[in-house]
Amino acid sequence: MTARLLVIGLALVFAASYAAAQVGADKRRSGYQDMGEALQKMQDDDTANPGMLFVQLGGQLWNRAVGAADKSCADCHGDAAVSMKGVAARYPAIPQGSDRPVDLEGRINLCRTEHQKAEPLPPENRDLLALAVYVAHQSRDLQIAPPYDPRLDAFRREGAEIYRLRQGQLNLSCAICHDDNAGKKLAGIVIPEAHPTGYPIYRLEWQALGSLKRRLRNCLVGIRAEAWPLDAPEYVALELYLMQRARGLKLETPAVRP
Amino acid sequence: MRVLVLLALAFVAGPAVAQQPAPPVVPQIVDDSIPRSLTGRPGDAARGRAIVASRSVGLCLLCHSGPITEERFQGDLAPSLAGAGSRWSEGQLRLRIVDGSRLNADTIMPAYYRIEGLHRVARNFEGRTILTAAQVEDVVAYLVTLRD
Repeated sequence: MTARLLVIGLALVFAASYAAAQVGADKRRSGYQDMGEALQKMQDDDTANPGMLFVQLGGQLWNRAVGAADKSCADCHGDAAVSMKGVAARYPAIPQGSDRPVDLEGRINLCRTEHQKAEPLPPENRDLLALAVYVAHQSRDLQIAPPYDPRLDAFRREGAEIYRLRQGQLNLSCAICHDDNAGKKLAGIVIPEAHPTGYPIYRLEWQALGSLKRRLRNCLVGIRAEAWPLDAPEYVALELYLMQRARGLKLETPAVRP
Repeated sequence: MRVLVLLALAFVAGPAVAQQPAPPVVPQIVDDSIPRSLTGRPGDAARGRAIVASRSVGLCLLCHSGPITEERFQGDLAPSLAGAGSRWSEGQLRLRIVDGSRLNADTIMPAYYRIEGLHRVARNFEGRTILTAAQVEDVVAYLVTLRD
């Protein structure tokens, strides 16, 4: 009897705190909300979103047998709409038998080398991006949900430290712009909060699909800092931190951005 | 003989200009200002305006707005430059450009004439100040003309 009352009491407390959390509304904004209406429409309309061409290509690659093993992704994973749903929402993650996290592209390359017995695809390669965007698209509209994994904590902390490090000739940190001054205008453009909600993204400035790494490098170049090589673990650490920071926001892949 | 001397001078000056190592001038700070020109000469206000307006040289309008109407895309992270010449003296403006962190350790404004205390500077900017001493003077000369 007491136990039952305790359970009911606890449930009430949780419900109340949940309601309170809802009232203290989430003020985080996806970059989508700061785009013009025309770009929002372009992203929303699958026939106008240029990223969808790469999703289609990724779908073809998913079913294509490659490598010495002559296996396709589908041979192991089946229907991506089922097997890949939610995967991008919880990446980066630590692969089985490893002690370091990989991003989605890194995971795809592990599948290539380990299971398909194929060469890894180079960073920003079209097929690699197409596969990544195809996989991430299966999580569109799902909430970003980083897993509980204490092994990731140290890497997240490293990402947070990089995020707050003042660097480059202009001596700026990610946090100075994207935490302290988000919503203000840099050269007339609204500074976004830097939530990685739609990667890989189609960026009009690139006229191409590109990864979060490529986007991070754009900022590093902007503050005149030395960009890490494309395969550097620092990008994965930053992504881990950013995904934690964006927890609960919805994935939009493939996002369109100016 | 004269040619030889010139050649020798060119060798001495050559690498220094190409690599632009440590700032050749150590600015003398007095209270909250650097009263004396970094080059010993006054800057050129017209050149200074062009530097302020440039998105790749001065970078000023990325964060500040200013009375430069042909540049439509200006920032609002920092105060407007309009009236800067009324608010600050020439020496105060010079210190704010050279190294604003001397006045406010947390300022987000980059130090335009300092190379120490920076992290992970891109190789092509390593050891170089954002502006040269002469460019700092040009910008100062322009800013003092901005009076309310």
